[in-house]
Amino acid sequence: MNTLIAIIGLGVLCLLFEIFNLRKAIVPITILGLLGVLGLTISEFNSTESYYNNMIVVSKFSSTFSSLFIVLTIFLVALGHNFYENHQSKISDYIAIKIFLLAGAVAMVSFGNLAMFFLGIEVLSIALYILAASDRMNLKSNEAGMKYFLMGSFASGIILFGICLIYGAMGSFDVTEISELSQSAELPIWFPIGIVLLTIGMLFKVAAVPFHFWAPDVYEGSPALTTALMSTLAKVVAMATLYKLLSVMNADVSESFKVVVVIISMASMTLGNIMALRQTNVKRMLAFSGVSHAGFMLMTLLSLSTSAGSLLYYASAYSLSGIAAFSVILYVCKNRDNEDVVNFHGLGKTNPLLAAILTSALLSMAGIPIFAGFFAKLVLFNQTIQAGYLALVIVAVVNSIISVGYYFKLILAMYTKEPNEERKGTPVIIYAVAVIAIVLNIALGLYPSFILDLLA
Amino acid sequence: MNVSLILIILLVGAFATFLAGDKLASKVALFFGLAAAGASIVLLNHYNLGENISFINQWITQPNISFALKADGLSMAMLLLNTVLTPIIIFSSFGNDYKNSKSFYALILFMSFAMAGTFLASDGLLYYIFWELSLIPIYFIALIWGNGDTEDRKKAVVKFFIYTLAGSLFMLVAFVYMYQKAGSLLLEDLYKLNLTANEQLWIFLAFFLAYAIKIPLIPFHTWQANVYQKAPTVGTMLLSGIMLKMGLYSVIRWQLPLAPLAAKEYMYIFIGLGIAGVIYGSIVALKQKDLKKLLAYSSLAHVGLIAAGTYTLTLDGLRGAVLQMIAHGFVVVGLFYAAEIIFRRYETRAIAEMGGIRTQSPKFTSMFLILVLASVALPTTFNFIGEFTVLYSLSQINIWFAILGGTTIILGAYYMLKMFQHAMLGETNSKVFADVTINEGITLVIIIGVLFFFGMYPKPITDLITPSLEEILTQINRIN
Repeated sequence: MNTLIAIIGLGVLCLLFEIFNLRKAIVPITILGLLGVLGLTISEFNSTESYYNNMIVVSKFSSTFSSLFIVLTIFLVALGHNFYENHQSKISDYIAIKIFLLAGAVAMVSFGNLAMFFLGIEVLSIALYILAASDRMNLKSNEAGMKYFLMGSFASGIILFGICLIYGAMGSFDVTEISELSQSAELPIWFPIGIVLLTIGMLFKVAAVPFHFWAPDVYEGSPALTTALMSTLAKVVAMATLYKLLSVMNADVSESFKVVVVIISMASMTLGNIMALRQTNVKRMLAFSGVSHAGFMLMTLLSLSTSAGSLLYYASAYSLSGIAAFSVILYVCKNRDNEDVVNFHGLGKTNPLLAAILTSALLSMAGIPIFAGFFAKLVLFNQTIQAGYLALVIVAVVNSIISVGYYFKLILAMYTKEPNEERKGTPVIIYAVAVIAIVLNIALGLYPSFILDLLA
Repeated sequence: MNVSLILIILLVGAFATFLAGDKLASKVALFFGLAAAGASIVLLNHYNLGENISFINQWITQPNISFALKADGLSMAMLLLNTVLTPIIIFSSFGNDYKNSKSFYALILFMSFAMAGTFLASDGLLYYIFWELSLIPIYFIALIWGNGDTEDRKKAVVKFFIYTLAGSLFMLVAFVYMYQKAGSLLLEDLYKLNLTANEQLWIFLAFFLAYAIKIPLIPFHTWQANVYQKAPTVGTMLLSGIMLKMGLYSVIRWQLPLAPLAAKEYMYIFIGLGIAGVIYGSIVALKQKDLKKLLAYSSLAHVGLIAAGTYTLTLDGLRGAVLQMIAHGFVVVGLFYAAEIIFRRYETRAIAEMGGIRTQSPKFTSMFLILVLASVALPTTFNFIGEFTVLYSLSQINIWFAILGGTTIILGAYYMLKMFQHAMLGETNSKVFADVTINEGITLVIIIGVLFFFGMYPKPITDLITPSLEEILTQINRIN
């Protein structure tokens, strides 16, 4: 709870900075503030408390995921320093929106009431719509914002419909009450229908097949930093929320529901990977790769009671490598009007450090040891085989092989092509973010127990 | 003192080489390579005195994974092959200039680190990690410092990477499956598993895919010749000298003892695949015009025979296979080095453009001849002992296997001597061929020395490996 209040306070503070004309200091102070909030969250780690008639429930699950979100936001805010260089007049708006987005994200993993959950998802989504369209003069950005808004509001509507049906069936918005009632033998048909609708809405947010159509266009059109946010923070938030929704409301997901999850998971990884193979725009490629990673993360829904730790680990590994990759993309594609692979030609020669970081990030996503991505897949496979879905794991393995194809396309472009032009300047913050993110990723790979045991 | 020391030396060496800068890189790398070789000889001494040099430590609690390095005779023999060949390979590159050489030499040491880890690891996951890790440096070595057209090279190297990765991922699934049964991936816990024949078959096949691609066995060999040709000679030496031995070693260490029922049931098929590789490799080698490609196919033939030896599941077969692995490691590094020496002078690998080197450079010619004869298993060379033992074990299973496998010697002698004749003899070449430099001479003499020494006195290696092979055989022959 304190986390949430502190984050919102920080967001308001960011807006005030504008008034007092302190734009230069906004990024460092926000980062310090977020570090403080992170400390606060960690200090509350072991407490389980509920606030305001169960509106907010702080648990281990919520505080670990909140910490992850805060860390990701710190990276994203830091990257903003360089990215919004030419938009100084609006920088406090952008930063404040990101902080509010974080507040929505935290609310989404610590809700105890479906109303609070909906509030959280709307705060997050509206912030994302604005950020997607934030490059006002750019037609593509406007298109992306519009598309995302239209599709997103449909999803919100479906979620709301689902919540209403659940209320109709159970007579309550409180998840503990719903969970107790759902144990009874006679369940009104509205309840499973409501759950299905909720799931559909959330699958839209995580961009799982067949609800992924918005992702490539929106990722491509949005400003690169917003894309980074969507593909790391927003995806992870949505996945954690879906996991929490299903695990707190009906402890035992039915068999037929699991079959659907298996199919969606298989379809997401396969389609995402196959489409990614054909992309020349790096943002689009990462959008499709994100679809396939969503498919991997959906595997955690098959063993709801035990897989919180592996979801957290996968989410951390995936989002940290995403941050590292996007900080390199931000550097390479600054002042370019597209993000085609061509821009990456010869990066291995002109900037070996960033090329090595991007390579590591992609290797982590492809699941090569010793990066965290490998262990993330390993624990996931382990859990899924334990739950009895060997076929799904084999599909996932085949997909890991396919994914190497397009990740390596980018790596090859960096090392075997001749550089087309020199890039000037060494933005320290981008370097710092990229290095820290990839070091954290490798550290998680060397000590997986650190995260895996948190939610064991 | 325990075996983790070697890994530390090699890893630190990789970083030190990278930090040393382009000028010093090769010397620093050589220093650390020699240090690792020295340390492994010291460790071998400790091991022979009966000390415990294994290392085990809990790494991940959930899932239960240990950082376990176990050194027995087999591992020590393979470790020595790795750590002795690494400095030789580094030293062999001293005549060449590489762009960005700090990364180049750091990658070589890093690869040696990963391969040493593969030979030592006794926890399934740790083993898998080292196994995969060794793939990354060779990928970059072949990609960045290779020769020939960039596009062709890219295709060959990416094919190699995806192929090997694909194979090993199925091995990972097999490991995860066994983890569910055993609750741990330590080798001794996996040995205790009682798997049904059906489970063993699937596990055997998953492992087989990984190893058959790495070794490579027919029909998974298609990546090999192209990558050998495109990679820089150092990369080719690492690949053929050490890396493919990882696959053969893993067959003995992991595949056979974990799935013995399947190995026994389908023994003829797998021996057959190995023999098919022998014949196919030899016949294709006959037709090669490129020296490196010829050596690549001859290597395919030799490893096919080694693999056939391991799948006989007899002590002779396994022992012969291990001996031949070591012998082949040295001889193939020597041969590729000889090809490199010719390339340095003539800038070509086409056999047709060579010839008449003997009159200009008698020293090099005699050393090359010795290597050629060693590779066709001339008695008194190390290869003879290995190849002979393997053929003997094959004849115990079925005499036809031995006869067909023996073609590797006959056909091998034919294509190797034909190549030698075309490349070294004949009329004096108009192009000047300077005789070997001191560095080149030292490298070749060391390799030849090793081949002759163990050819006449293989007892130290046989004594080292036999107890651990017997242990593995009891595991294979246990009653399920």
